[in-house]
Amino acid sequence: MGVDLIFKIAGIGIITAVLHSILKEFGKEEMAHLITLAGVAVCLLMVIGLLADLFERIRVIFQLH
Amino acid sequence: MEILQIVGIGVIATLLLIVVKQHKPEISIQLSIAAGVVIFLLMLGRISSIIQILEELSRRAKIDNLYLTTILKIVGISYIGEFGAQICRDAGEGAVGAKVEFAAKILVLVVALPIIAALLETIIRLLP
Repeated sequence: MGVDLIFKIAGIGIITAVLHSILKEFGKEEMAHLITLAGVAVCLLMVIGLLADLFERIRVIFQLH
Repeated sequence: MEILQIVGIGVIATLLLIVVKQHKPEISIQLSIAAGVVIFLLMLGRISSIIQILEELSRRAKIDNLYLTTILKIVGISYIGEFGAQICRDAGEGAVGAKVEFAAKILVLVVALPIIAALLETIIRLLP
C-alpha cells in the first residue's frame, strides 16, 4: 500500500521540476518558487502520514510508552 | 519470495531518487524517507512474530518479563534513533543527526539503568 506512495512522490518531484523550468522561461520566478513550495507541502503531508503509521506500529510492537 | 519485493522497491526508489535529486533535492529527501518506511513496514510483521517467539521462550524459561520488555524497548529506541539520524545525515545535516544519536543513547541508558542497578545489588549481596 505504501509502494504507490513512492511513485506518487517521484511524480510530484518530476512535475514540479518541469513546471519550475517552464515558469522560469516565462519569467515568473516567484510563481516557480510557489510551485516548489506546494510540491514539498503535498509530499510532506503524505510522508507525515506514513511516518505516523510507522511510529505507532513500532510503539505497539516494541512496547514503548 | 519477499526479498525480491524488497530489492525491487529499493532499486526502483534509487532510480527515481537519482532522477528527482538533480532538480528537486528537497523532494528527493522525502522520497528516501518514504522508501525506508515502506521497507520497514513490510518487515514489521516478521519482527512481531520473532518477538512473539522470544516472549514464548522467555515465558518457558521463567525469565522475569521486565528484562525482555527492557531489551525490546532498547531495540525500538535505537532503531528509531538510527532511522532519524540517517535521514538527517542523508540531507547533509550531519550535526543534527549526531545530536539525534546522542539523545537515543541517553534514552537507552535511562531504560537500561534499572537492570544495571539490579545487577550491582546482586553483586553487593554476593560480597561478604
